[in-house]
Amino acid sequence: MAVKSIMIVGVGGQGTLLTSRILGGLAMQGGYEVKLSEVHGMAQRGGSVVTFVRYGEKVAEPIVEEGQADVIIAFERLEALRYAHFLKKDGALIVNDWRIDPMPVVIGTAQYPEHILEDLAKEHKVYKVDATEEARKLGNPRVFNMIVLGIAAQHMDFSKEEWYQVIEHTVPPKTIEINKKAFDIGYTLK
Amino acid sequence: MAEKVIMLGNEAIARGAYEAGVKVSAAYPGTPSTEVSENLVQYKDSLYCEWAPNEKVATEVAIGASISGVRAMAAMKHVGLNVASDPLYTVSYMGVNGGLVLVVADDPGLYSSQNEQDTRMVARAACVPVLEPSDSQEAKDYMKLAFTLSEQFDRPFILRTTTRLAHSQGMVELCDREEPEIKPYVKNIQKTVMMPGMAKERHKEIEKRNLELAEAADTMPVNTVEMNDTKIGVITSGIPYQYVKEALPKASVLKLGMVNPLPEKLIREFASKVETLYIIEELNPVIEEQVKSWGIPAIGKEIFTIQGEYSANMIRKAILHEELNLMAPAEVPNRPPILCPGCPHRSVYYVLKKLKLHAAGDIGCYTLGAVAPLSVVDTCICMGASISSLHGMEKARGKEYIKDWVAVIGDSTFLHTGVNSLMNMVYNQATGTVMILDNSTTGMTGHQDHAATGNTLQGDPTWAIDIPGLCRAMGIKNVIEVNAFDIARLEQVVKEEVAKDEISVIITKTPCVLLDKSKKPLYRAISEKCKKCGMCMKPGCPAMTRNADGTIHIDDTMCTGCGLCENLCKFNAIEMVKAGDR
Ligand SMILES: Cc1ncc(C[n+]2csc(CCOP(=O)(O)OP(=O)(O)O)c2C)c(N)n1
Repeated sequence: MAVKSIMIVGVGGQGTLLTSRILGGLAMQGGYEVKLSEVHGMAQRGGSVVTFVRYGEKVAEPIVEEGQADVIIAFERLEALRYAHFLKKDGALIVNDWRIDPMPVVIGTAQYPEHILEDLAKEHKVYKVDATEEARKLGNPRVFNMIVLGIAAQHMDFSKEEWYQVIEHTVPPKTIEINKKAFDIGYTLK
Repeated sequence: MAEKVIMLGNEAIARGAYEAGVKVSAAYPGTPSTEVSENLVQYKDSLYCEWAPNEKVATEVAIGASISGVRAMAAMKHVGLNVASDPLYTVSYMGVNGGLVLVVADDPGLYSSQNEQDTRMVARAACVPVLEPSDSQEAKDYMKLAFTLSEQFDRPFILRTTTRLAHSQGMVELCDREEPEIKPYVKNIQKTVMMPGMAKERHKEIEKRNLELAEAADTMPVNTVEMNDTKIGVITSGIPYQYVKEALPKASVLKLGMVNPLPEKLIREFASKVETLYIIEELNPVIEEQVKSWGIPAIGKEIFTIQGEYSANMIRKAILHEELNLMAPAEVPNRPPILCPGCPHRSVYYVLKKLKLHAAGDIGCYTLGAVAPLSVVDTCICMGASISSLHGMEKARGKEYIKDWVAVIGDSTFLHTGVNSLMNMVYNQATGTVMILDNSTTGMTGHQDHAATGNTLQGDPTWAIDIPGLCRAMGIKNVIEVNAFDIARLEQVVKEEVAKDEISVIITKTPCVLLDKSKKPLYRAISEKCKKCGMCMKPGCPAMTRNADGTIHIDDTMCTGCGLCENLCKFNAIEMVKAGDR
């Protein structure tokens, strides 16, 4: 199998690390070599963050480069736009339809781009979901990332049981049920 | 088969230290090295590990442990090695008893640092050997090798990493822990008392050892030649090796696991077998300059940058001249890091800005007070420099000049080196105002304990250094504690203390919002009452945005209920919708 390259992009504090670790655990369970690259430190304070997951028979570099991502999971619209050029030609872009204004927008020195999803859809295969709203309905807006991950799972070759197993291993025990429910929402979303 | 797990580079280093039988580890946090200690603590039944107040102390703790006969280590980020360079240069003369390894993490690309210095340069200057792994498995293996070689060659070793290695995960095979015998301590002042007479002899000795090590490097298994097509030959090490493998799968590669000293014979041999020799190393041309000094033609920084991280695409373009036909990135607003919603530092900066004060700044989350809309912090140099540079300004321009200034420093940074600078102010009759933004943790690096938090790295309760008491003990009369969110009182206190012709310390003691696990209140903006004056937006809280009509929206997933905005609104247009525990 050719190496699969996945990116998770978002805003520091949104839980990109947890998501990439779930993906990493999954690929390892599937018997692949896995490498992950994460962001710690300064950028996690509300900055733009990107984590990389690569798996296959043999993986050298731990990063995904421009034009190479099979899947990009974006936790926020502007971040989807920022990293979309990392996608392969037919790569999938999964976007949480959610807006977090960066400081330049908050203080009025920059504008938050309009029609991001429409523009992205002209060039890429875009799958959007208002995951934060859906998660709120479940009772915890923080599990939105599992919903987005559920959609990504539709584009990857692991069974639902395999996903469940890794989720159980990775999230805090008290939150396993709600995380699985959130995953299901994404996994069954058309 | 041995158990395989997925590990962060730093986790693998900790595992390597454990397997190597390390007995003592000391460190001061610093991205990207922090997780070494945070992972080491899981082995506390087999070893001792601690947070030291700074890297010099940490290194000296490790040296002491090594002298006593056990394997010991210290971990730090690249700039931490500057602080530790005093012991480093001299322990290099002394050598070791138990193996001694410093883990030092460089940050090409400046993900979380104030400069892009290259540890290999320091290591060369101090004549300290360096191993550099290229993935998590090697991180663990090289850590163990570093201890073996340290004892074999009687040298302290540096394990050099970079952010990409430290914060990447890869698969690692686990082994059991070795328990090396504790070496007897034999008094030998020729080796452990570095007075001029002894140091002179030791200097000769280490130069000799260095040559021996360089010779051994020619056949060391971590320096590997992968002969392939001989058109392109590459010398590389560390993470760039992975980019080389992606971009030039057919090239011949000499991968250096030990990057100081270099294996001259091996390099000459390799160079003679390839048509064009490239040297691919991030940051400074450390390998390149040495290779070229031996008269070996090679291409390096002529086509590669000394800044930032490399990538496979960069190598494809530079060496293969490939047109990659990449999509251009979209033009989008930046998203720089910011103070979290509910951060007590924001409240302090709001007040300083209101009073139109400049701040001599320091390093930590509170450095983010430099950027708009707060724009209060004027300087960020190195840890502790806020206090000493304010003092320098006063001595240069007089006490009236610094009535527009304060120094701001975090609690961890204060204990790191700020305390020395404060002593200097007291001693040399300064009149400046120092603000210690005490959020009860080392925030920026991810919440580590320190000498004033009351807990050790190993999780034991301990004596918490009393920061106000420490300042008073130095002889400072004006030591005032204020809650950061009590903006009326804070404003009053700052005004008074800055005006005084005496040294003052203001301590804003309010815990980091990320540590506060109590149930938080939630606020809402009432658009009918809003006069769109923008007062509440001044502190730049990321949970607050303006609606199209100019009224305010508070994001309920981000608001932590600090109440700063409610406090600032003169029209009662912000109300609490859910009470918290506070
Ligand atoms: C010599 C040195 N060691 C370590 C670091 C990494 N570092 C940057 S800020 C910081 C600590 C900040 O803690 P504190 O002063 O309490 O401020 P906070 O981030 O909590 O606001 C550390 C350890 C550094 N920049 N320089």
